[in-house]
Amino acid sequence: MKIKLKIMMPCNEAAHICDKSQYNESSVWEKIKLYTHILYCIACRKYVKANNRLSLLIKKSQVTCLDKKNKDALKINFQKALKDVGIK
Amino acid sequence: MPKHVLNPNKWIDLYVDYLFNYTISRVNNRDIAQDLVQETFLAGLKSMKNFKGEATERTWLISILKRKIIDYYRKINSNKGKAEIRITSNNDTENEGDWLENRVADPFDKTAEDTIQNKELGDAIYKCLSKLPKKHADIFRMKTIEGIETEDICNELKITPSNLWVIIHRARTAMALCLKEDWF
Repeated sequence: MKIKLKIMMPCNEAAHICDKSQYNESSVWEKIKLYTHILYCIACRKYVKANNRLSLLIKKSQVTCLDKKNKDALKINFQKALKDVGIK
Repeated sequence: MPKHVLNPNKWIDLYVDYLFNYTISRVNNRDIAQDLVQETFLAGLKSMKNFKGEATERTWLISILKRKIIDYYRKINSNKGKAEIRITSNNDTENEGDWLENRVADPFDKTAEDTIQNKELGDAIYKCLSKLPKKHADIFRMKTIEGIETEDICNELKITPSNLWVIIHRARTAMALCLKEDWF
């Protein structure tokens, strides 16, 4: 009975574990709890599926962005140009 | 149709990541991509008076960026001394270069479709990201695309981890919904 209570969890906790596991930040026990939860919860099963798909798409697209240092440098240059044009 | 107006003060915050990602998938070099994005913003600033308000700011900036990318390729091709690559597909007038290898399908070419799809997917992700509230988009970008640790993001933005996870959850739900129509 105790194990049963420990393994059960509400949907918001399941969603939180699912989010964490997308970044490899969930423990094995949390994963067991999550996969037990989605055995009986259709809504969470849908969320897990969509979340996994989103992670896969992001990985596949190889999206990238400027790091903070370069972005700041670009910002400073652009602000100088803005001043030269006379826009505050 | 409402006329769009330009607001250059917000260009960097709103469009830099989208433009950078657009460029890097086409030039494949971070430094060159950064230079091209910077040139695009400066060119946009100079030609603000030519903006008619028919397109959105982002579309207008992308059209400038496209010209910049084309110019970049023109420039490097002229420097290379116009290295020639002859593909004689079905031209029988000369025997020269009429090798069998030319007619065999390139096995590496099959990835070309994937590359195009990935470019489109990258553009779609940034379009969806731009629809999120700025704070949500920033945190999602830092955590998912830049891969920054939770603790570092919390320290930088002065938020608690539980707050961060709530924002990540909302951002992921919105992103999944936005990408659902075309990519799920």
